[in-house]
Amino acid sequence: MSTPFYVSPQQAMADRAEYARKGIARGRSVVVLQYTDGIVFVAENPSRALHKVSEIYDRIAFAAVGKYNEFENLRIGGVRYADLRGYTYDRHDVTARGLANVYAQTLGTIFSSVGEKPYEVELIVAEVGAAPEDDQIYRLPHDGSIVDEHGAVAVGGNSDQIGSYLDQRHRDGMSLAEVLKLAVDSLSRDNNGADRTLTAEQLEVAVLDRTRPQQRKFKRILGRQLSRLLEAEDASATKTDEPSDEADE
Amino acid sequence: MDFLGDHSPQLLPGNRPLPATLGAVELPHGTTIVAATFPGGVVLAGDRRATMGNIIAQRDIEKVFPADEYSAVGIAGTAGLAVEMVKLFQLELEHYEKIEGAVLSLEGKANRLSTMIRGNLGMALQGLAVVPLFAGYDTDREKGRIFSYDVTGGRSEEHGFASTGSGSVFARGALKKLYRKDLTEQQTTTLVVQALYDAADDDSATGGPDVARRIFPIVTVITDEGFKKLSEAESSEIARSIIERRLEQPDGPRAELL
Repeated sequence: MSTPFYVSPQQAMADRAEYARKGIARGRSVVVLQYTDGIVFVAENPSRALHKVSEIYDRIAFAAVGKYNEFENLRIGGVRYADLRGYTYDRHDVTARGLANVYAQTLGTIFSSVGEKPYEVELIVAEVGAAPEDDQIYRLPHDGSIVDEHGAVAVGGNSDQIGSYLDQRHRDGMSLAEVLKLAVDSLSRDNNGADRTLTAEQLEVAVLDRTRPQQRKFKRILGRQLSRLLEAEDASATKTDEPSDEADE
Repeated sequence: MDFLGDHSPQLLPGNRPLPATLGAVELPHGTTIVAATFPGGVVLAGDRRATMGNIIAQRDIEKVFPADEYSAVGIAGTAGLAVEMVKLFQLELEHYEKIEGAVLSLEGKANRLSTMIRGNLGMALQGLAVVPLFAGYDTDREKGRIFSYDVTGGRSEEHGFASTGSGSVFARGALKKLYRKDLTEQQTTTLVVQALYDAADDDSATGGPDVARRIFPIVTVITDEGFKKLSEAESSEIARSIIERRLEQPDGPRAELL
């Protein structure tokens, strides 16, 4: 009978973190940006059926990268948590902070339990407020910590590069077309600065729009509406400074 | 709902033990709901009165609710239970939509409501019945549809128009004489308010338009653009024009004899 090798706790945790990080880095990124009327989620995702961005509750949405079955599991858990809360108390009592805490607990428990493999996911939970100052964006890495974010945030493969690109260029009070352009630019310079062109079919875009009259502020921007927005921003871009990327869209 | 049953069963209406009671309990009851289809959609409307025995419990209750973007429920029966049932129904449709990423079919929604009413059968037999009217725009068939229910959850699709609640017999009579297949949206909203007026005229538990307190029927319209509730100004306009005509003709418009 073989005796197990001694592995120091530090080493064990570092290995698990490394494993999760590698899994996350394999996938495409998702970026989340604030604009005047809300929060926009942009993901590179050729699939129409498997969503990376989805609605959780009235003012709350969810974006994830990593392993689909794992974050889908978390998404369903989140929808159940939110709906149960809203039904038991009131729709206003469902908050992104509460939801982020539940996710952090779940991810943290899974990350540190020896029997399970850590989840290879990174989540963003965002809530749109009555004004841009009230918007909340939380990023939840694989180990169950919570990072409070403002302005723009990227998760997934190359998130550091994309994140710094966004941080340099994002400012308060941008319009939807402007942030969408910024998001698409940041996603398309994915591979070490080499530019690719992302078309509307390759993108999954959704917004939490505070000006929507309905109670549920989440809306997917699909098909024609998306290409119209992308074209509008391309047209304005050619007029000003970037003649390079109007190639075929 | 199944998840709710596993997780917090005490939140489900059917899961509460009832004390034995002698005779009927006096509780607020909602009264008349009417619905009518027109080419391109459906109108669902309700009066504003809740009664408790011979007493008016509430003058301005709202009994017509959006179930989701393309459907609405109007409720007659025990007000407290009915409101809770609608809340659970709304929750369930929204939950399904978010989990599955697709909206339930109109038939599916109607069936789900049927199950919920059946779950309330025990209480219905003790006198706490809930009998809704469900109306929605069927995005597949591109038309408005109406479903009516009985206390056992029995569901039947109504073609043209339907009514439920204590004033429903009188409302149905009015609808029958005034309804035509080719009414416009505007005419249909007038039609349902006429029917509610007739119901209030002959049923003491149904409230008519209250000009003094500015309480007017709730009128909702569902078309391919989704659910829309007429503003107070719009429904008061309809009610006022009807009242004006009725000053000359108290029994309302006359249908032809042959």
